[in-house]
Amino acid sequence: MKNIIKVENLKHEYHKYGEDGQVESVHSAVDGVDLEVQPGQFIAILGHNGSGKSTLAKHLNAILLPSSGSVFVDGKDTKDMEKIWEIRQTAGMVFQNPDNQIIGTVVDEDVAFGPENMGVPTEEIGRRVEEGLKTVGMWEYRSHSPNKLSGGQKQRVAIAGVVAMHPKCIVLDEPTAMLDPVGRQEVIAAAQRLNKEEGVTILLITHYMEEVIHADRVIVMDQGRILMQGTPREVFSQVETLKEHRLDVPQVTLLAHELKKSGVKIPEGILSIEELVEALTSL
Amino acid sequence: MIRDITIGQYYPADSVIHRLDPRTKLVGTMVFIVSLFLFRSFAAYAVALVFLAGVIRTSKVPFKFLVRGMKSILVLLMITVVFNLFMIQGKPLLHIWRLTVTEEGLLTAAFMAIRLSFLIIGSSVMTLTTTPNQLTDGLEKGLRPLNRLHVPVHEVAMMMSIALRFIPILLEETDKIMKAQTARGADFEEGGLIQKAKSMVPPLVPLFISAFRRANDLAMAMEARGYHGGEGRTKMRPLKYERRDHAAYLTLVVYLMAMLAAKWIFGF
Repeated sequence: MKNIIKVENLKHEYHKYGEDGQVESVHSAVDGVDLEVQPGQFIAILGHNGSGKSTLAKHLNAILLPSSGSVFVDGKDTKDMEKIWEIRQTAGMVFQNPDNQIIGTVVDEDVAFGPENMGVPTEEIGRRVEEGLKTVGMWEYRSHSPNKLSGGQKQRVAIAGVVAMHPKCIVLDEPTAMLDPVGRQEVIAAAQRLNKEEGVTILLITHYMEEVIHADRVIVMDQGRILMQGTPREVFSQVETLKEHRLDVPQVTLLAHELKKSGVKIPEGILSIEELVEALTSL
Repeated sequence: MIRDITIGQYYPADSVIHRLDPRTKLVGTMVFIVSLFLFRSFAAYAVALVFLAGVIRTSKVPFKFLVRGMKSILVLLMITVVFNLFMIQGKPLLHIWRLTVTEEGLLTAAFMAIRLSFLIIGSSVMTLTTTPNQLTDGLEKGLRPLNRLHVPVHEVAMMMSIALRFIPILLEETDKIMKAQTARGADFEEGGLIQKAKSMVPPLVPLFISAFRRANDLAMAMEARGYHGGEGRTKMRPLKYERRDHAAYLTLVVYLMAMLAAKWIFGF
């Protein structure tokens, strides 16, 4: 199958300039990343602050351009300035702060912003707004002011705004970092539904481990490189390595790991309470 | 206190006024304001009052909401009234200490008070019933001919719309910063006017920094959603004059004629 996203040896450097404009120091935020994503996958990218995960995300719809290496979205090179709007339409993006990405003063006006930029005909925009808001369960709020919504609701509106652009792939850059637990669940549920029901490829960037256990593939980043990747089970069975890099594992996994270490015979990489219960009762 | 300002806020409701074309509302507000300055007479202001009350009634915006917005300009209103009351020369009415109230002064003060409050209420009704996006859409379409003179109409309209959307957010942020600084011993209440003005500087610094950060984020979000200026852009709700807009324009003409008649017949 053709890759929807292909990243080849991507490097991105931030330059720090001195007072006279000379380069004082160079910081590599992303340092040689290769990545391939097939259509319809749910990919989670983990890493703590400064691991380069957000910088990577911003390359996927050409907000940032590679210092070296290349990024292909649906076969198009992000360096190709003529295709930049096609790329941004193919790979939609949701950011961390819900307040700073809502442009409209009414929910449906905001959702319409993307399609309006694309030049979608008027009648079609109305249909897409309805479809986008219904997918995230915010249709009842279409004539509300975004300022009066909760954080989770605002983030769902932001997702609807991207959905209305009919992207093949949505990159969510820490969409839950500023939300309470309820809001977090709402947003993750909306992303999962989009992936399962609409077949949209999802790249979820986060540092909450609980949010990645349903992903098809987990990629752990550290210091601009991919530290490890695999299914959630594969990744979370390496509790020690994760801890070394100051990354948490879900509580249940940690408990199972500690139990195993102290001699209880249960398998590695347990992800949910149900699994642990099953493993313990079958002893 | 700062959260009481209602200008730039939208009051969601379903009324004829809400559904009017923003261009109609812009022209209407403009005509209303000009009429207040053109017809200097109590009879004419009575007509204006009836008109304004009618508009507020049909707009379904609670009167309470409008009054709250008035509070913030009360000081300005008082200063205007006081100055006019004492400073204008003419037939003396009464003396208070070394100040004289004149008949002309009293009249001008009353006119000013009425004018200013009508002006504020009138324009708040417009902003309360029109979303900033509609408003800027209206401006954009109404001013489109200026494009030929190389005036960046779309860009200006977009900037205005974003500024309006961020007013409540930045106000909330100011409130938060002031509270955080109060918690650390800052005092915003004590002292004279100058002291108070000085104490506003510390909260402004973090506010500016955060505003720049927000602007940066927003620009990125807009680009990510394919914004590339006004070229090739379509609209979800393109502006089109409906029958109700023609009716509104007709009402406006009737209003102007009533003003004219009031001024002409009563003269005072």
